[in-house]
Amino acid sequence: MAKPKIALYWCSSCGGCEESVIDLAEDLLTIAAIADIVFWPIAIDSKYKDVAAMNDGEITATLINGAIRMDEQEQMAKILRRKSKLLIAHGSCAHLGGVAGLANFYKAEDVLNRAYKEVPTVRNPQGILPKVKTIESGREVRLPFFHDTVKSLDQIVDIDYYIPGCPPTPELIKEAIMMVLEDGLPPRGSILAEKKALCDTCPRRDGRPDKLKIKAFKRLHETEWDPARCFLDQGIICLGPATRGGCSARCINANMPCRGCFGPIDNVRDQGAKSLSFLTSIIDSKDEEELKKIADSIPDPAGLFYRYSLASSMLRGRQ
Amino acid sequence: MNGFEPKIVGFLCNWCSYEGADSAGRARKEYPANLRVVRVLCSGRTDPQFIIEAFKEGADGVMILGCPLGDCHYQDGNFQTLRRYTVLKKVLAQFGIEEDRLRLDWVSANEGDKFVRIVWEMVNGIKKLGPLHQARVENGKT
Repeated sequence: MAKPKIALYWCSSCGGCEESVIDLAEDLLTIAAIADIVFWPIAIDSKYKDVAAMNDGEITATLINGAIRMDEQEQMAKILRRKSKLLIAHGSCAHLGGVAGLANFYKAEDVLNRAYKEVPTVRNPQGILPKVKTIESGREVRLPFFHDTVKSLDQIVDIDYYIPGCPPTPELIKEAIMMVLEDGLPPRGSILAEKKALCDTCPRRDGRPDKLKIKAFKRLHETEWDPARCFLDQGIICLGPATRGGCSARCINANMPCRGCFGPIDNVRDQGAKSLSFLTSIIDSKDEEELKKIADSIPDPAGLFYRYSLASSMLRGRQ
Repeated sequence: MNGFEPKIVGFLCNWCSYEGADSAGRARKEYPANLRVVRVLCSGRTDPQFIIEAFKEGADGVMILGCPLGDCHYQDGNFQTLRRYTVLKKVLAQFGIEEDRLRLDWVSANEGDKFVRIVWEMVNGIKKLGPLHQARVENGKT
């Protein structure tokens, strides 16, 4: 019997998800022994036309990381959807829009101007912006079209499974690939991680007081924080109570609070709204003026609560 | 803005504000028909997801009305509302939803007059702001 085929692709992403696959280390050899990796632009030499030449459904599973911002990514997502039995959104950007999705607080025009004209390290006196078509030495050169908004992968194509995280842990990726190869997948649409919130499995859980009360939110640089005590108990914002677990508490173990990259738990539609809801419920004040001051101690609240999920949130971006 | 009739969603708590609205009705007081009332057991039950969804689904303004502070049927549910609302307003501003489109106020069961005044103020305020989704409608997007 022919070996099952696996493909990996990246869209609007930072490369961290690719790195998380490389971090499988020796396990990659295990996977390569039982499956053929047929397409993986960062690591193997296969071309778009090779994918286009495949039969529909020929690939057993494709992992796509990154959000969708450009039409080339959209086309590749659609082609890979056709060629794959299973399409898996890999990482926060594919799953929820991720950090790339924060661009939805700005217009496409502002993003391009910032990147190509205003950034201090850019020298562009002619103010040239990328164009879809350019004539260069008599030849037409094409660039992908830059869409108005960033989208999560499931806003473009149907997704069978999600591996959350920025990036996902190698353990989760390995588990997901082994589930595919050994036919042990949960119901379609599942998020392949913990069901409970990170807070429930937090290594600092035991020392957490029953009732958390916060008078002011402190930023990390404003305080010296105890490496064993619950962050919230120290007045440091941690989104663990409103974030899916399964990340092995990597940030917590590195003494950094959770920022929500594993997305919301099941049945929550808007991670940002839920994060806001839990965080404000532990504010210890009943005075309107004091509450305003405490609210002001959260810089960029929308950017905090929606850091990984803006593109897939209810409002999806600036109205 | 000619003939613009804003859509306003109001989350009214069962014990004070909904009763207050009822008392305005019993006294046959007039208030604009722009308000769509959703009865919640406590203003504290108004999950920020409800408010965001209301805006997403086409509301031009959202009101949360609860028991006066200190009079909550569940002791401090309305303080939870106040805490959430204070931060939510800032978040909505970052989404381009003006502060005045979300209002929190307290109406007790016998304050029909206050209820009517708040609805009028809200409707007139939103009429001045114009439709929330105007830009998107003009761009032909939903």
